Formats: sequence, C-alpha cells, structure tokens
Amino acid sequence: MSFKNRNVISMKDFSRKEIDHVLDTAEKLEPVARGEERSRLLDGKIIALLFFEPSTRTRLSFESATQRLGGQVLNLGSVEASSVMKGENLADTIRVISKYADLIVLRHPLDGSARMAAEFAGVPIINGGDGSLHHPTQTFLDLYTIRRESHLEGLKIAMAGDLKYGRTVHSLCHALSLYGAEITLVSPPELRMPQEIIRDLQKNNIRIRENDSLEEIIDDVEVLYMTRVQRERFPDPEEYEKVKNRLKVTGDLLKNADSSLKILHPLPRVNEISPEVDSTPYACYFKQAFYGVPTRMALLALATGVIE
Amino acid sequence: MKEKRDLKIQAIENGTVIDHIKAGQALNVLRILGISSAFRATISFVMNAPGAAGIKDVVKIEGKELSVEELNRIALISPKATINIIRDFEVVQKNKVVLPSYVEGVVRCINPNCISNSSEPIKSKFSVVQSEEDGVTLRCLYCEHVISENIAENLL
Ligand SMILES: [Zn+2]
Repeated sequence: MSFKNRNVISMKDFSRKEIDHVLDTAEKLEPVARGEERSRLLDGKIIALLFFEPSTRTRLSFESATQRLGGQVLNLGSVEASSVMKGENLADTIRVISKYADLIVLRHPLDGSARMAAEFAGVPIINGGDGSLHHPTQTFLDLYTIRRESHLEGLKIAMAGDLKYGRTVHSLCHALSLYGAEITLVSPPELRMPQEIIRDLQKNNIRIRENDSLEEIIDDVEVLYMTRVQRERFPDPEEYEKVKNRLKVTGDLLKNADSSLKILHPLPRVNEISPEVDSTPYACYFKQAFYGVPTRMALLALATGVIE
Repeated sequence: MKEKRDLKIQAIENGTVIDHIKAGQALNVLRILGISSAFRATISFVMNAPGAAGIKDVVKIEGKELSVEELNRIALISPKATINIIRDFEVVQKNKVVLPSYVEGVVRCINPNCISNSSEPIKSKFSVVQSEEDGVTLRCLYCEHVISENIAENLL
C-alpha cells in the first residue's frame, strides 16, 4: 500500500484497510506528537498551509504536526489579505504554490475546491475543509480517538446535535459503517440526518435508529459524539431554547451511562456539554483535539512518502 | 400521407439526422451538441412532426458527421432519439443514443456554492447514472450534488 503523492480529499476515497494504515501510523507517531520523542521525518520538506477561510484550530494542528516532524511550514496567513493572490483564481494559486512546497493543505469555502485543486497541483493536496462538503482530517482524528479511547469494531455510538448540516457526522457515519457500527442518531426533527445518507449507510448493513432524547439512549452507547446546534438553524428562537436543553450533556444525564462511555465533540462547544462533565472520565474532547496532531502527522508523512 | 411527410423532412446528401427526439427538445439538442450561430453547417429541424409513435422532433445537420460521443449526450434529454449517418443519400449507420457514463461541460451544477460555478478554468463534470427509481441522474464530480430533474434547464 503506497500513499505517496496521494490526495486526501474525501473519506469515501479510503478503504477500511487504508484507514487502518493511517491510524496505525498515527499511533506510531504519537510519542513524537507528545514531544516525548524527536523526529526528523519531514526534514527538508515544506508544507504550505493555504487557508481561504479562517480555522485557527485546524491550521495550528497542521502546523504543530509539521514542526514535530521537523518540517517547515509555509503559512500563507489569511489569504483574503494577501496581495500575492489578489484576484487570482484558485487554479493558478495552486499551480504556483505547488512550486514552493511539497504538499498543500487547503481550506476553501467552495464545495469541491479540494477536488479541483488536486487537478492543478503537482504535489499532494490535503483537504482542510471545502465548503460544506468534506473535512477528512477531522474524520480521521475522530476515528483515531475512538480507536484509542474505545474500539472501532462493532461500536455502539450515538451522534447528537445538528445531523442535517454537520459534515463531520456524515463522513464519520460512513467511515464507521466500514467497521460495522450500530448508530443512534439523536437530533431535533428539524435537524435530522438526510434520508439519502441514511439509505447509503443501510446499504452497508448498518443498524440505525433515530431518537430525539439523550436520556433514552445514554445507557446503551459506548461513544457519544456531540455536535453543536446553531441558533440560526431555527426560525423560532423558542424552539431553539427547547432543543438546546434537550440535547445537553450534564452530570445528571451521565448517572445512567455505562462507566466506559466516552464523549467526543469536534469543538468548539457552546453549551451542549456542561463544564462539570470536563473532569469526569467520560470527557474525551480535549484529548480528541490533541489526537488531531498524530493523525495529521500520519497523513503528512504518508502523502509525502517519508513513511510507506 | 407519406409524401407529405417527406416534404417536411427532406433528405440530405451527407450528414447526420437525429430522429425521434422527444417533442419540444430539438432546441435543447442543438444546445447539448454545442451548436451555436458560429456553427457553419446547414441545420434544419422540425418540431412536433407526426411519427409512428406520436409527435417528435427531428434535427438534420448537413455535410457534417458528429462524433458518437457528442451525439450520445442527447440521451440525457431524449433517451429514445436515433442517429442516422447519411452518405450519398443513404443511411449508412443508424443507432439509438446510448447514455454516456460521464459528461463534461454540458450541464451546469445546481449547487451555487460549487467550485464549477465559480470563475475557475474548469468545465463541469458529472457522472451519469440511470436507475429504475430515479431515472437519469447526474452527480457532480466536484461537489457531489445530484441533478435528477430539469436536466434540460441546466444545459450550459
Ligand atoms: Zn457541483
């Protein structure tokens, strides 16, 4: 299996075997991500971070991953402000930056931009989020977190919050379906998972149930993946207030949880997880943020070919 | 009766006759083939002509044989159309259109946030799938949006 020069655009481009390989590589690199071991794997390599919309967390995570492996970052900063690319189309920008760097991490507001960039780049593209479509490195890190903190095979997982617009839950569901997960979807009726995605998952023989209350399902899941419900999704502010409290993880809710339950959240959170949960062994979201570093290290190392 | 019909759809010496086009789609056939005012061959078409299986449109392109790949795009909007290649007043080849599995630069993506609708130097690209439930559907290879209706309205 060679990942050299491979683009990371969408989770759907990866088989289960390939995902496992990325996660195995991340695990090997974890001591480096923690700063416990030194690595010069990316010595002499330049990684360009091309962010057309701000996402400080993702950008810093890639920056940390590169530097931990001894690579150099070409950080183009906020691209709107940069005069180099003013008025230039993305295709030309990609062609130029390809000449400056060994790999490009792209974040762009238009759907399909990463796919297009890969057509013009002479170097691998890692999609750091394109429009409302894909954010594969987030899904890789979610999978890595689940594997490290719980288990992937036959996982009983609940996903809660905005399941309609949340791209991370869509591709996470798809990836988990490769591991035979049992998925419970918890959302207000307005924000249900789109039917075509559910149909796709069922094609993989996945057991899916839908619910609108966390209380009813909390005792029967091993991982709870929370996402943020945005106020602006609701035309009626009262409806939002109701939902906001119904989909909230509190100490009270967790009284019925299995002791091995792990709670994940892509962050930032607003009020869907109360601070009292942070100090419990259930809370995994800050670890999850850290796991983004070894996961991105693995993808950088594999795509540049410094690891087979 | 036969004679009258032949007057409407006159024979050509060399070229392509696209027959059995779904009534009302002749203009869209020209669009899908990229035929504009810059096109030099003589084109004639008949709309709503009576045929054995109800009314139909017919397009004739004189002095030019279009490639099969180009012509097969017609299947997106008129799956029963036939293509007749004419040489020296004889039909030398008669084929039904075959739905292509991929089209480029033919249809606009309906997702306004799609990169193919921006000013980038790319053509729209779709994979084409025919299913019993949904009929002909196009899936954008950039943004994955699916067009299952109104293909004709989204021709470029
Ligand atoms: Zn599109």
